[in-house]
Amino acid sequence: MHVLEEQIGEWRAYVRRRQAIEAADVAELEDHLRSQVADLQASGLSADEAFLIGVKRLGELDTLSREFAREHSERLWKRLVVADAEKSGTGWSRELVVALGLAVGAGVAIKVPELFGLSIQDQAAEFFYFRNASFFVLPFLAAFFAWKRGLNPAGWMGLAAIFAVGVLVMNVFPFTPKGSTLQLAFLHLPMALWLAVGVAYAGGAWRSHDQRMNYVRFSGEWFIYYVLIALGGGVLMVSTMFIFQSIGMDAKWLLQGWIVPCGAVGAVVVAGLLVEAKQSVIENMAPVLTLLFTPLFTLLLLAFLATTVVTGSGINVERQTLIGFDVLLVVVVGLLLYAISARDPQRAPGFFDALQLALVICALLVDAMALWAILARISAFGFTPNRVAALGENLILVVNLGWSAVLYARFLGKRAGFAPLERWQTAYLPVYAVWAAIVVVIFPLVFRFR
Amino acid sequence: MDIGKDLVAASATPLVLAILREGESYGYAIIKRVEELSGGELQWTDGMLYPVLHRLERNALVKANWGESESGRRRKYYRLTDKGSEELANQRRQWQIVNKALRATSFTSFQLAPQAI
Repeated sequence: MHVLEEQIGEWRAYVRRRQAIEAADVAELEDHLRSQVADLQASGLSADEAFLIGVKRLGELDTLSREFAREHSERLWKRLVVADAEKSGTGWSRELVVALGLAVGAGVAIKVPELFGLSIQDQAAEFFYFRNASFFVLPFLAAFFAWKRGLNPAGWMGLAAIFAVGVLVMNVFPFTPKGSTLQLAFLHLPMALWLAVGVAYAGGAWRSHDQRMNYVRFSGEWFIYYVLIALGGGVLMVSTMFIFQSIGMDAKWLLQGWIVPCGAVGAVVVAGLLVEAKQSVIENMAPVLTLLFTPLFTLLLLAFLATTVVTGSGINVERQTLIGFDVLLVVVVGLLLYAISARDPQRAPGFFDALQLALVICALLVDAMALWAILARISAFGFTPNRVAALGENLILVVNLGWSAVLYARFLGKRAGFAPLERWQTAYLPVYAVWAAIVVVIFPLVFRFR
Repeated sequence: MDIGKDLVAASATPLVLAILREGESYGYAIIKRVEELSGGELQWTDGMLYPVLHRLERNALVKANWGESESGRRRKYYRLTDKGSEELANQRRQWQIVNKALRATSFTSFQLAPQAI
């Protein structure tokens, strides 16, 4: 009898792995199998024989699971929140409550300044919101992860200190309104703080390369979820506008004063929660996009290089084009990072890796051209915050891409494994954080807040 | 004898509905009843019954609920709904038409060829 139980247990686990066959179906089939086995045993067969015949009569599992899939096609689409809600596990519901609480907290936080006369729709208060945008959002996301990962008190203090320094810098420094140091600080602060959130995400173990890579994966998925939520929010707003217009009411104050700001900050935490909940349920999206866009960006860069060679024209350094180049290079590094994050390190080098190397080399060449142009501009017109920031960013990216190219070449030449590439990228992450922090804190001091 | 796959599939719905008309039942018992009714000639792959039952349930022809077997195991019981009774009557008319048409041909009366050939 004991052996039979074991066999049925194994059979159950085996059937359960089929996506189209759910737990309730397995229970039903198991009842069938047990009835059959009992009948066969009663007619004189041994437990072993009865089990084998019973399983055989149920039919081949592939065919069976196809039949179930035909009847329940929806099961092939993995469900995210619904499936978890059914489970009604205590872990999920508490996490949900905490995350929603923090999302509401962020929504409230952005409305609090209004009590002190700083309305978000007010032109005069724009400067205030501009400086503090990050602080309405990221502390809540950090708190969510710090809570979820059980960060130790020292970790909480450290995070609080980082955010406090940020708040001080942004509010005590006498920035020139609309000055370039302020704009740079505004752009770089979220970058520095996002990596601080990573410390909470890793539960304090931010030195671990695996945790860093997980945070990179999280960031990509988070971004995609946030964009999706934003698109949904857009539809909601347009609908609200129209429906109230039809009865002669103007819903603009509601949208601009409440739904947009509160929704935008709350969605940051909600997207974080969704990515956490789904990480094992659904295929990651960022690597899929990477696969799609790596060839396209390689083509773009090749076309650009070919054109500059043919026409012999150098890069015309204006602020817009410089920003454009920085964005392009950041995208390339992102593509590289996500391709690496999703790759099975054990697999042998293939076509896609060669394509990655081509992309990296093209980006290096373009980056060198951009660097040259920036240096020429600096030597002709002197230092400005924007030029130094662009120079620094390009140098950081050039170092990353250069060493990545070397590592990729070694990997393709089968002289090294894939692991060094992965480690190089994760080891490099703090460089971005430090540079962003320098731009936020040191630049204003050096350039006298202009 | 082996009955063709298409015919098995086509006859499954009326058979299951007709068996459930005799009273509430569950998967294994339905299979047993089919064997019994056909004198062991009609044998289904047991597992295939369940997707059929689930389809009938989705179309509200049968209603399912979880109960317990004699030995206290969880067991899913099915019973015919009013809509299921209607469908059964509908199916009966269809089978009668097919049956009548076949009888009108030489289908039921022609001499079966000797097995030896």
